[in-house]
Amino acid sequence: MAVEVAEPTGVRIAIVAEADLILIRQTLRAAADRAGLGLVDQTRLITAGSELGRNILTYATDGRGRMEVEQVRSTSRVGVRAVFADDGPGIPDLELALTDGYSTAGSLGLGLPGARRLVDELQVTSAPGSGTTVVIVKWGR
Amino acid sequence: MSDTQVPIMQIGDTLLTSLQGDLDDTTVMSIEERLTGEVARRNPTGVLIDVSGLTMIDSFIARVLARMVGMVRLLGSSVAVVGIQPAVAITLVELGVPMGHLDTALNAEQGLALLKRLQADGR
Repeated sequence: MAVEVAEPTGVRIAIVAEADLILIRQTLRAAADRAGLGLVDQTRLITAGSELGRNILTYATDGRGRMEVEQVRSTSRVGVRAVFADDGPGIPDLELALTDGYSTAGSLGLGLPGARRLVDELQVTSAPGSGTTVVIVKWGR
Repeated sequence: MSDTQVPIMQIGDTLLTSLQGDLDDTTVMSIEERLTGEVARRNPTGVLIDVSGLTMIDSFIARVLARMVGMVRLLGSSVAVVGIQPAVAITLVELGVPMGHLDTALNAEQGLALLKRLQADGR
């Protein structure tokens, strides 16, 4: 298993309004650029981030949450890790939420499962009443 | 980018609008309203929605595009989306957004030819 060493400097962004989605994309683009991700992988990461940021606006209490971005390294490659967290109501059925087409907000229902397809690693931690945290990692090649 | 900066141009009997840069949700929705207003007012035979300036299309923007296409069709015009960037095309397919119902072309020139074919087919 490769050892991950993350740079101590990360960027933290509050997500409170839909205008913050632009900042999310810009931040992820800059981080992807610094990590040397190619254009397609950059686009995948930014799109996944937009979906996850949008999830916070739609589902979290008061539509508030945060994103933290940092660079990660293993022995052979550099990548970007982004954490999307909120203190909202949590996801009662994670398996259902990770299914394509499932939505409690009348949308396409692709945010979480779609983001999972776009990134290399995706981890969701959530329970009713204790908020939701989604961690994604996209590695350069 | 504010909505007033998004151009809607007329080329012959075709309307062309270009979505560019980083769009926020409010801008996207007001472009929708402006475009449908212009289509109703000028009654073009065809509409091209140029997205070559978009470096990312997420599920929300994809849904708005589908809505714009649906609205324009309801108003009686043919419509095509042109200029989807390769990285965006890859990401959209992987994301799983259904895009098969959109008529698309690589660029505006091919888009105009596509509109002619659609009109000949009665679409």
